[in-house]
Amino acid sequence: MSRRHTAIRRLGIPAALVTAALALAACSGGGGTPAPSSIKGVDLSGQTLEISADWSGSEQKDFEKVLDGFEQATGAKVNYTSLGNNIATVLGTKVEGGNPPNIAVIPQPGLLKQLAQEGALKPLSSDVLSTVKENYSQDWIDLGSVDGTPYGVWFKGSNKSTVWYNADIYDEAGATVPKTWDDFLKQLQLVSDAGYAGISIGADVGWPLTDWFENVYLRTAGPEMYDKLSNHEIPWTDPSVTTALQTLGQLWGNSTLVEPGSAQRTFPETVTEVFGDDPKAGTVFEGDFLATNISQDTSAKVGETAKFYDFPSINGSGPTVVGGGNAAVAFKDDKATMALMKYLASPEAGEIWVKLGGFTSPNKNVDLSSYPDDTSRQIAQALVGAQTFRFDMSDLAPAAFGGTEGSGEWQVMIEFLNNPTDVEGTQQKLEQAAAAAWK
Amino acid sequence: MTASLASPAVVGADARRPRRGGRNRTIVLAIVFLAPAIVLLGALVVYPILYTLWRSFYSASGGEFVGVDNYVTMFTDPDTFTAIRNNFIWVIVAPIACTALGLVFAVLLDRIRWATAFKLIIFMPMAISMLAAGVIFRTVFQENPQVGVANAIVVAVRDAFTDTAAFPGARERPDAGVVARDGALSGAEPVMAGGSQGFPLIGIRQSEIPETAKQAAEPPHARAGEITGTVWLDLVRGGGGTNGHIDPGKKGLPGLTVQAVDSSGAVVASATTADDGTYRLTGLDGGRYTVTMPASNFTQGASGIPWLGPSLINVVVISSYIWIWAGFAMIMIASGLSALDRSLQEAARVDGATEWQVFRRITAPLLMPVLVVVFVTLIINVLKIFDLVYVIPPGESKPAANVIAVEMWNVSFGGGNNQGLGSALAILLLVLVLPSMILNVRRFRRERER
Repeated sequence: MSRRHTAIRRLGIPAALVTAALALAACSGGGGTPAPSSIKGVDLSGQTLEISADWSGSEQKDFEKVLDGFEQATGAKVNYTSLGNNIATVLGTKVEGGNPPNIAVIPQPGLLKQLAQEGALKPLSSDVLSTVKENYSQDWIDLGSVDGTPYGVWFKGSNKSTVWYNADIYDEAGATVPKTWDDFLKQLQLVSDAGYAGISIGADVGWPLTDWFENVYLRTAGPEMYDKLSNHEIPWTDPSVTTALQTLGQLWGNSTLVEPGSAQRTFPETVTEVFGDDPKAGTVFEGDFLATNISQDTSAKVGETAKFYDFPSINGSGPTVVGGGNAAVAFKDDKATMALMKYLASPEAGEIWVKLGGFTSPNKNVDLSSYPDDTSRQIAQALVGAQTFRFDMSDLAPAAFGGTEGSGEWQVMIEFLNNPTDVEGTQQKLEQAAAAAWK
Repeated sequence: MTASLASPAVVGADARRPRRGGRNRTIVLAIVFLAPAIVLLGALVVYPILYTLWRSFYSASGGEFVGVDNYVTMFTDPDTFTAIRNNFIWVIVAPIACTALGLVFAVLLDRIRWATAFKLIIFMPMAISMLAAGVIFRTVFQENPQVGVANAIVVAVRDAFTDTAAFPGARERPDAGVVARDGALSGAEPVMAGGSQGFPLIGIRQSEIPETAKQAAEPPHARAGEITGTVWLDLVRGGGGTNGHIDPGKKGLPGLTVQAVDSSGAVVASATTADDGTYRLTGLDGGRYTVTMPASNFTQGASGIPWLGPSLINVVVISSYIWIWAGFAMIMIASGLSALDRSLQEAARVDGATEWQVFRRITAPLLMPVLVVVFVTLIINVLKIFDLVYVIPPGESKPAANVIAVEMWNVSFGGGNNQGLGSALAILLLVLVLPSMILNVRRFRRERER
């Protein structure tokens, strides 16, 4: 115990000094926003809070503007530290060293669960929980809970059920926005008839393919089966997986619809194949972040040439979204920490970033008119209005299965893309990899 | 007593005269001088090795003792097996190739003017970081000829020998009386002279239609001994129209070759389509003919070789390594060469030895010590190869190109989170490197004794 305390003292002071200096620099840019109602009248002047997330660069600046709103309303000082891509490792080390931040915003429910089970997290106070219940649908509350205890506030959400298309090509081919899977294949055929590839698929290191599978599986097998498969309670050799892979194979195995060379194409390349100056294909599927690739790598304008539609319904499935998100979790339960949690759960906090662009809030009370353009509004609408929302399955799985280059689900799906008729063999390989990872 | 500590010379003098106090002082002094090195080596080398060894007997999370389980997994897991196999291929191919190329360059460049310029160019890849070199090779060998230089060359050479087609990639509208055979499009049924055969095509972009193309026309009237027809793009911009029918907005396709083939397979008449897509095959006898559009109308440009696919990936990665390290071998061997006693070579030449004999009997044996140093250094280096293998292969070929160091990283930090298995792999790597290390240390010692 005593050793722990000295460690805090030794590490804590210089770190606080550095981050305080950084926060001062960040503060000076803030504007005069009115105090948010969620934390009205809370005076925390003189208190310092540490918050960490994986955002850096422009995302960090935008998030710091959200924190400015809290600082101005309460007088507290909030220091942001970016933990980068290795957030799980860095956070684990900090927790072990007895020096966790007040709040961390983490991108994986698996990490949330792990930290909660280690006892590192503090449950949401009843006050915060009531704000969360006011603003979030049950799917999101469940996603932030471990064994029924709520820990997480999902501050940021993402929609991975968006299919992006080149509107010029669709117009030339006379293709329209499809609502169902069969219609989807029909429209891709029209694009292909017009001399373009219907769709460009990029295996990259495998992750885009897992997103394909998850969207199809959630629609063909339903949310209950999806949850079971996510936890490996049913094997990958289950008939529901067979159906999903066969559905996927209808498209992946159709060489007139899919642009050749999928296995070696990276994800950014698929974007330029569809929206570049000399487009080769009409459609590309991936999450809402694809809009960033379009505006950075191509001259196509999102909302004009580059549009999207929701991933088509299969066998009459309702509005369904596979996605991701970043949840704020508290490592301390003092008044200031919980006030910040409450602030992050409020629509005001989300709206600050929403207006800056590049951000989708899962908070259902965030005003849709705050989104800067139609495309981001449409993405948010699909996310908030989804009948079923499920977290990206491969992000829920142990990384050895759903997150390692060259092995596990990523690699097996690349093999399936190369040989889409081998459904049975694919299932066996997936089950083998899953069994090893869930051991 | 205290004064003697001040100068090393005095300490030396003390050591010569064996006195109990003096001897102890020497040992203390030795320890004091050695301590920083020992502490550093202990903390940075010995402790990590021992900890890794200890860690390799524990489970993924580190909480549970699993004995040799990690080592069993290592040798039974197919992924790790490929990694070990690839490491062997690397060790056999890369050092030999690098040393051989380095030797050839060094010996050849020894005898020409401007040698320094050439050496500089060959040595230059050493100045690039391995990561950057990996990115360069990955780009050069991209499958898409518009990105990868290697395939751009391949495609350019292949295309030089084939004519460019009018409408590459065009295909028939399915179920509209036209079938594809070996890339050629033919009427599904033979046509009597005096009849007509239409060709509705798809898979052509509106932007590919020549400026001169006009609205597709109905086939002209066929006189006796003629077959007529229209070749048209069976698409209306923006959709609409009936498949297989000539509707308003559908363009004729000019400049395509149409042939009449008789039952024996001989081409008896040939025609080219007009701006409205119509053609007229003349000079036919009565009888039935298959109307065909030869494949040359539609052949697509050559596509690139999948260099980065699983079957060729090791070749690409190992060549990139050779590209970088041949320069190192050359510089080492060249410096050995310049230190050589040239009189032996001169003497051999005077005695009438050919250049090949001089090289084989004189130069090569004299260079042997340098060659061994280069070779052993490269073996150690190759065993630890990581960056190139990590950067160059695309997702599809990662397992095929895997090596132990990359597998170790993936297993422990790249998502596997199994630092037990990762440690076992690290120990395997250490065991594999040890023999060459011992060899090198022995050689150094022998050289110093000489």
